[in-house]
Amino acid sequence: MRGVRLRAALAAVTALVVLGLSGCGDDSTDRPAADDGIGGQLTVFAAASLAESFTRIGQDFEAAHHGVKVIFNFAGSSALANQINEGAPADVFASAAPANMAAVIEAGDGDGEPVTFARNQLVIAVPGGNPDAVTGLGDLTRPGAKVALCAERVPCGAAARRALDLADVTLTPVTLEQDVKAALAKVRLGEVDAALVYRTDVRAAADDVDGIEFPESVGAVNEYPIVVLEDSGNLPTARAFVEYVRSDAGRSVLTAAGFQAP
Amino acid sequence: MALLLPAALGLLFLVLPLVGLLVRAPWSTLPQRLTEPAVLTALRLSMQTATLATLLCLALGVPLAWLLARVRFPGRRVVRALVTVPLVLPPVVGGVALLLVFGRRGLVGSWLDATFGITLPFTTTAVVLAEAFVAMPFLIIAVEGALRGADTRYEEAAATLGAGRWTTFTHVTLPLVAPGVAAGAVLCWARALGEFGATITFAGNYPGRTQTMPVAVYLALETDLEAAIVLSLILLTVSVVILASLRDRWTGG
Repeated sequence: MRGVRLRAALAAVTALVVLGLSGCGDDSTDRPAADDGIGGQLTVFAAASLAESFTRIGQDFEAAHHGVKVIFNFAGSSALANQINEGAPADVFASAAPANMAAVIEAGDGDGEPVTFARNQLVIAVPGGNPDAVTGLGDLTRPGAKVALCAERVPCGAAARRALDLADVTLTPVTLEQDVKAALAKVRLGEVDAALVYRTDVRAAADDVDGIEFPESVGAVNEYPIVVLEDSGNLPTARAFVEYVRSDAGRSVLTAAGFQAP
Repeated sequence: MALLLPAALGLLFLVLPLVGLLVRAPWSTLPQRLTEPAVLTALRLSMQTATLATLLCLALGVPLAWLLARVRFPGRRVVRALVTVPLVLPPVVGGVALLLVFGRRGLVGSWLDATFGITLPFTTTAVVLAEAFVAMPFLIIAVEGALRGADTRYEEAAATLGAGRWTTFTHVTLPLVAPGVAAGAVLCWARALGEFGATITFAGNYPGRTQTMPVAVYLALETDLEAAIVLSLILLTVSVVILASLRDRWTGG
């Protein structure tokens, strides 16, 4: 009797676990071709720091090309590069650093050469009002100061490493986050006192956080490359999107978000 | 045939990914990779935190299971439902919830910080809490099931002979349901060992402090696929060992 009950309980546990694991995916792609071949669905893998500006550019692009639907996957550039190399269906890849782009190009997944479309610079993100009166990287090593950085394989983490080396500051962060928005979120939640993120991230979260500029970030500027992916089933639209990002219309969105011209 | 074919497909679907892991494993360099300091650090941290989380679950979960199985009180069904919520809740949601309660600005966390100067997020303690949060229902359900199946006449006899509630519990009830508690603890430990979503949300990621095996697998995937496979192999081995240790009560029959 006891064994039966226990087995029933374990079966219930198993059933509940299975329920908890359900997920879903949608691979539907419909691509009605317009006269210029531009139309259908476009999947863009873009660095987390591009979330706000690319979402806007995507809307503008959809408005300019009737019948186009742009879908974004925003994450750390290293994660995106890995997903693309493992066969994730994407048409365009926009990375926050050349190193992660190189991983995709070396694997032979690029259609042509990547082009740089923007540059971005690090700032110190602190809670609104800067309660700890942070003025530079040196303040982040105060005893008890909690700092979030991006992991070094992510572009914002690699840039943070360069900036800290330039400033000759040795910093032990409390956490190494997988993309820049995750690092910023820790500041917004109040769980850390500061994080090294991009100027654009602070501008997008201006209600909650302040950005402290520091001189060493000039030596750690990130270049953002973009490329059409070879396996894209929608090359005309993918190329048109890359052109749009680099056009005056695209550039003005990026500039307004705080990006610098390439 | 109408049942056998989908059954075979189902088995294939469950087993094939594991085979894929074995096929792509870097067998020739496996010994060196297994002894890399980063791997050993993550493994040690995972073992320690999963064990501490299981102890915490035993200390709190066994009495809770006893309450659910032996004491009639209003709202018992609601309590039982609440206890199983972390089981079906996406772990990352659990992590957010933990952050909102035990975070530096959280309900309990802000008090801890102001009173004792303790902040939990990004610490090994946070990993243990995250693991205990998702794993405790496994223990409670197993122990409650065992308690309900146990013959209460022994407890009644002990009570008639003058044993108090505590003495009855420790000397009669616990020995009766010991196999159930052990099975629950093993399941609980295995779930704690595999915890990812709540951990990375609430405890973050820092090698040696909060970077457990599953977090290491996830991060290694982006830079070093072989390292991710090696870490996954270790977790797979542990899972198989756990299953084998439970074979009589779970896979038997």
